[in-house]
Amino acid sequence: MSAVILPAAARRSGRIDPVRLLRALLPALALALMLGVIFSQQPRAMSYVGLTLLLNLSIPVILATLAQLCVITVNDLDLSVGSFVGLCACIAATLLKDTPLLGVVALAAAIAAYALVGALIQWRDLPSIVVTLGLSFIWTGIAVLILPTPGGRAPEYLTAIMKWKPDFVPLPILYAVALALILHWVMRSSFGTMLRGAGGNPKAMGNAGWSLLRARVTLYLMAGGLGALSGLALVGLTTSGDANMALRYTLMSIAGVILGGGEFTGGRVNPIGAVLGAMTLTLAGSFLTFMHIPPDWQIGAQGAILIIVLALRAVLNRAEERS
Amino acid sequence: MKIRIVLAAVIATTCLTGVALADTSSKKIALSNNYAGNSWRQAMLKSWGTVTSKAVADKVVADASAFTTAENQATEQAAQIQNLILQGYDAIVINAASPTALNGAVKEACDAGVTVVSFDGIVTEPCAWRVAVDFQKMGAIQVDYLAERFPDGGNLLEIRGLAGVFVDDEIHKGIEEGVKKHPKFKIVSSVHGDWAQEVAQKAVAGVLPTLPPIKAVVTQGGDGYGAAQAFKGAGREVPIIIMGNRQDELLWWKDQKEASGYETMSVSIAPGVGTLAFWVAQQILDGKQVPKDLIVPFLSVEQNNLEERLKQTEKGGVTNVEYSLNDAQAVIAGTK
Repeated sequence: MSAVILPAAARRSGRIDPVRLLRALLPALALALMLGVIFSQQPRAMSYVGLTLLLNLSIPVILATLAQLCVITVNDLDLSVGSFVGLCACIAATLLKDTPLLGVVALAAAIAAYALVGALIQWRDLPSIVVTLGLSFIWTGIAVLILPTPGGRAPEYLTAIMKWKPDFVPLPILYAVALALILHWVMRSSFGTMLRGAGGNPKAMGNAGWSLLRARVTLYLMAGGLGALSGLALVGLTTSGDANMALRYTLMSIAGVILGGGEFTGGRVNPIGAVLGAMTLTLAGSFLTFMHIPPDWQIGAQGAILIIVLALRAVLNRAEERS
Repeated sequence: MKIRIVLAAVIATTCLTGVALADTSSKKIALSNNYAGNSWRQAMLKSWGTVTSKAVADKVVADASAFTTAENQATEQAAQIQNLILQGYDAIVINAASPTALNGAVKEACDAGVTVVSFDGIVTEPCAWRVAVDFQKMGAIQVDYLAERFPDGGNLLEIRGLAGVFVDDEIHKGIEEGVKKHPKFKIVSSVHGDWAQEVAQKAVAGVLPTLPPIKAVVTQGGDGYGAAQAFKGAGREVPIIIMGNRQDELLWWKDQKEASGYETMSVSIAPGVGTLAFWVAQQILDGKQVPKDLIVPFLSVEQNNLEERLKQTEKGGVTNVEYSLNDAQAVIAGTK
C-alpha cells in the first residue's frame, strides 16, 4: 500500500518525502538497473524484438503474482498458485482446444473452487498455508489426470493473443502496464479499500458491518481468475501443456509481491510494485545468463538480488521511522 | 551398408580438410541444459566441454558455451532459450526439461533463424532436430542377445526403472516386444529397481524366494549390481544379468569373468551424446541436409572390450564416449 498512500501523504505534508519516494520507486529502480546492465552487455536486446523476447515469459508470472497479491491482501498465503496455473494450462491445452464449451466450464469450475476455498478458510478459520499446500497436490493431480504426458495444443486464438505484435510498444510491456493500472484502480476504489481493510484490520471491518466472508471470497475469486489467466497466457506462449510447468510460480509470485513493496500482513499491497517485482524476478535469470555467471551460482545470485532489494527497503523503513 | 559408411567417411574427411572449417568458423553454438544434478549429466557437461573447447581451438566454431538452468523448470529453460536467441547464437543444442513446454521458445528460435537440435530430453516442435534414444530397442536387444546365448529360452526376471516415467515404459515395451519375438523366454516376475542398485537389490531379494530357476535378468541400467548381490545373498546361482554400463556393474562383471568366465553384455546411452548433438548442429550450420529425426547409437560393452571400457569409466560413473564429427556423419548417413 506504500505507493498507494504516497500521494495522499505528500499532499498532507505539502512536500514529497524523499525516503518514501525512494521506497516506492525501489522496485522500478531494481528493474531499470537490471535492464540497463542487460542492454550494456547485449545492445541487441534494446529493441522491439529484444524486449519482447526478454519479457514475454513475465506475463504469466505477472498474472500469478497479482493472484498471489489478492490472497496476501487478506493476510493469507497461497502455496498452490503454481500448480493451479499448471492445471489451467493443461485444461487450455486439452479441453479448451478440443471441446471449447467443456473447457470454459472446467476453467469456471476451477475458479469457483478457489472462491470456495476462500470461504472455507474464513468459515473454519483455517490456516491458509496448510489448506493451499494440500490443494497444490490436488491441482497437480487433476492436471496429470487431464494431461498424463506433456503435450496437447494451445487453441490458436491464445497463441495469437500472446504472439500479437502491436505497433511501437512491445506486447509484454503493454500487458504489464494494463494489468498494473487495472489492479491499481481496483485496489484504490472504495470497494478495494474495503478488501484491503479486511486484511488491515479485520475486527474493525467486521464491527463496522462489512462481511469478511464476502471480502475473502471476492479476493480468492480474483486470485482464481488471475491464476486461470496466467495459465492461459503461459500455454499461449509455450503452445502446449505440461502439468509441472509452472510449479516455480508459487514462490516467484510471493517474492514478486514482497519485492514490489507489499507486506505479508496488514493488507499492505501494491499492484504496480508487484508487476515490477514479477518482471524483475523474471529478468533476474536472464540477467545472470547475460552476465555469464555459472549456473552453480545462479540460484544463490537470484536470492542475493532479492535480499539486497529487501535489505534496502528495510533500511529505508528504518530511516523513515527515525524521521 | 558398408559402402555407405565408407562413403560417409570419405565425405567426412573431405569436410574436415576442406570447406567445413571455413563455413562454420564464425558460428556460435550454445548448449541449453535443464539439469546437472546426477553423474550422467555431469559426465555429459564434461564431455561437451572437452569436445567443444577443442572444436573452438581448432576454429571449427567460434563459441560453444554451455548454459544450465538453476532449477529444473521448463519456464526457466524457455526464458534461457530466448536469451540465447538474443545473444546471437546460430544454433542451440537443447536437453529439454519438457518435450512440449519449450515448443513456444523453440519456435521463436527457429523463426529467428536459429538452428535448434534437441537430444536426450527432446522437444516435439517440428522445426527442431531430434537426436533421440530408441529406448524400446534398448529393451529388445537384451532379449535378442539372450536368445543367441540360450536358443532354448528360459525364465527371465525383469527389473524395471522408476514407475510412471516415460523411459521405464519404453524399455519395458521393448523387452515385451523381444519376448514376443523369442517366445521360448518367459518373464516370471517383474520388479521396480528405480535405476538404483540398493533399491534393485531389495526388490529382487523380496521376490527371489518365490521364483523358479532364473536363466537371465533383463534390466534398465543402474540395477545389475544390486540384482547380483540379491542372488548371492539368497545363496542362489547368479544368472546372466544384463548390465547398464555403470562402473560398479562392470567391475563386478570383470571379477566374475576372471573367477569363473562369466559372460554377459552391457548396454546404455553414453553421456557423450551431447557432443553428437553438437556435431549434428555444426553439420546443419555447414549447410548439410540432415533428417529431422536421428537415432543415438547405443554404447554396449562386450566380453572382449570389458577391461578397456572399465578403465575409461570413472569410479561411480557411467561408461562414456565422446563423439567425433565422423560419428555424427555416420549417424546422419545411417538415417538418410
